[in-house]
Amino acid sequence: MARAAIETTGLGKRYRIGARSPYRTLRETLSGAFAAAGRRRAGLEETTLWALRGVDFRVEPGEKVGIIGRNGAGKSTLLKVLARITDPTEGEARVRGRVGSLLEVGTGFHPELTGRENVFLNGTILGMRAAEVRRKFDEIVAFAEVERFLDTPVKHYSSGMYVRLAFAVAAHLETEILLVDEVLAVGDASFQKKCLGKMEEAGRQGRTVLLVSHNMGLITSLASRGVVIAAGRVVFDGDTGAAVRSYLSRVGAGVETRVSLHGHPNRLPGMRTVITGVACLQDDGSPAATFLQSDDVVLDLDYDAGDGLPLAGAGFIVYTTSGVRVGGFNTYMAGPPPHRLPGRGVVRFVIPARQFTPGSYCVTVSVGSHPGTLEDKVENAIGFEVSPADIYGTGYLLTPGDGVCAIVARAGVLPAASGAAREAS
Amino acid sequence: MTRFDRRPRQAGRSHVDAPREFPEYPRMNPDDDASVPDEVVIRPRRGLVPLDVAELVRYRDLLWFLVRRDISLRYRQTMLGAAWAVLQPALSMALFALVFGRLLGVPSDGVPYPVFVYAGLLPWTYFSTALAASGASLVGSSSLVTKVYFPRLFIPLGACFAGLLDLLVAAVLLAGLMAWYGIRPGPSAWLLLPLTALLLAAAAGCGLWLSALTVEYRDFRFVVPFLLQLWMFATPVIYPVTVVPERFRWILALNPVGGLIEAFRAAALGSQAVSAGRLGASAAVAAAILIGGLYYFRRVERSFADVI
Repeated sequence: MARAAIETTGLGKRYRIGARSPYRTLRETLSGAFAAAGRRRAGLEETTLWALRGVDFRVEPGEKVGIIGRNGAGKSTLLKVLARITDPTEGEARVRGRVGSLLEVGTGFHPELTGRENVFLNGTILGMRAAEVRRKFDEIVAFAEVERFLDTPVKHYSSGMYVRLAFAVAAHLETEILLVDEVLAVGDASFQKKCLGKMEEAGRQGRTVLLVSHNMGLITSLASRGVVIAAGRVVFDGDTGAAVRSYLSRVGAGVETRVSLHGHPNRLPGMRTVITGVACLQDDGSPAATFLQSDDVVLDLDYDAGDGLPLAGAGFIVYTTSGVRVGGFNTYMAGPPPHRLPGRGVVRFVIPARQFTPGSYCVTVSVGSHPGTLEDKVENAIGFEVSPADIYGTGYLLTPGDGVCAIVARAGVLPAASGAAREAS
Repeated sequence: MTRFDRRPRQAGRSHVDAPREFPEYPRMNPDDDASVPDEVVIRPRRGLVPLDVAELVRYRDLLWFLVRRDISLRYRQTMLGAAWAVLQPALSMALFALVFGRLLGVPSDGVPYPVFVYAGLLPWTYFSTALAASGASLVGSSSLVTKVYFPRLFIPLGACFAGLLDLLVAAVLLAGLMAWYGIRPGPSAWLLLPLTALLLAAAAGCGLWLSALTVEYRDFRFVVPFLLQLWMFATPVIYPVTVVPERFRWILALNPVGGLIEAFRAAALGSQAVSAGRLGASAAVAAAILIGGLYYFRRVERSFADVI
């Protein structure tokens, strides 16, 4: 059997938390015995927290694994243990090959030092040899696009330049195993694309990559396997898409994914309560608040017209959180007349999330007795979030800054004397 | 454990497409030397942790860049720059020469008091600044310690090495003073090199203890300035050993820098013979502190990232 690049068995890490300060003062240690007795009497046991517990997993050489989990789930602790920054409390991990860890961009950068000095310092801190940094120096500087400012202290750099240079150094680490924690979420969009390219290159070179990120799109496009961590334990390990969905439905568990609209404050004045509830679901029917662009948002509208007028249709309007109307859809668009809804039931809309750019959206729902005649309308009845995915199939990921809707088009290049140019000549 | 092969074992099989079998997986990095371990086992460390010399060697370039960083940062954005390296001991010298030399008439082994006291202040200033800097170094590097793995030993060690440049610069004034007072250095001046190495070892030993202790007990930030003040008076810096009654001199020898500084002055000025007994005793104490410091440091190193 081939040897794993990373293998952990029963890995656990415990932290002490609570009233005690993380570091001790002499007095506390000297009086420690008394204090401990005092605590016991007062029933204030020292609280401990297992940031990781019983983690068993195996990463084969060349695998790209995305580690997903909420804040505080233990993802970063796992990377820190594997990077040997902190010792585990129990269990063990075997790591085979040189490890490069990128837990933060610009670790060891000193504001007073020049760009050049920082490149060398940072490179050697990350584990490179000086000769190696020297060899890659021009490449690093070109990648960061800071050639002109090499001999300027980095404190005079713009934050973009600073981050670019810092990432460039790290990106040129050549280790068999790369541990990356959320560092790609820096810089402007174009630089992020560049970083992404570098990460993919690392993957293609057959390096083992462990990536922690909240950006589900990044995880799906870079990782071939996803590990979901919750409360310090591995709760899912498998295909990336399935891992992301498992995570998103977990996240959804805490958020309102099913809203009752009885007496809702956002109901427009003069409307009667017809829509009784609304819910956002994943394809498989599990409630969720966040959806991958590659998935569908299933919007369920529960209604009960009671003894009132028969209903003809239902619809929804999507707004960005800043109030820009993205668009809407209703049952009149879905099929030809005659339009008629049963007296009570559920209208289900299946909305391909690829139409939205990543970000947060609010949904206004309405029902009418006739096109143009509203019976009930509730603004901001529910919200959902869209997470980037590789919808173009090219690895290009959209960011919230890319607009309100994801434009899909075809592109090609024509020979020089054709198209629009022909008209001009 | 077998060291794995750098070359693919089976020719013709691309390791990029099929990186499944680890032994075929090549070293990514041509700069990796053979000292890169094949497998690292991460598990809770208990008890004494031996020094990983191979790793220190592998990371040696980092030590150099840490030293360079400390040196180039020390006097940045100061008006007088590196002149401070001379000014600090020079101003102390002027003060002590006035108070102890002139007013109190402290004896100085037949050498003019200013040059006598400067020859003691020179190594002492190095020792005290190196100790203060390395003591605070780990806490000052908390962002490094919590974010990346590297031999933590280099942080306090780097601070001790960086001080050597100041020592060198300040030594120029000693040479000037000796010329001014017409004192010619004898052949014993060659001893200054090994003595400086011993001084470095003493500073590193104490620095390891202090830096590790400061991580856990921030009290040491307040202790160190007092400690250094007391320590100076317990060391024959501004007075000759000869003023100490014979029966108490052994106490000086327990001071890891006592014998060193006395010998440093004797070697530089050639004013009197180096006391081999006291030098040997001090060096032995300094060595013991260094070895103890290394072990203490290694023992508590594992929890630095958690408590810092």
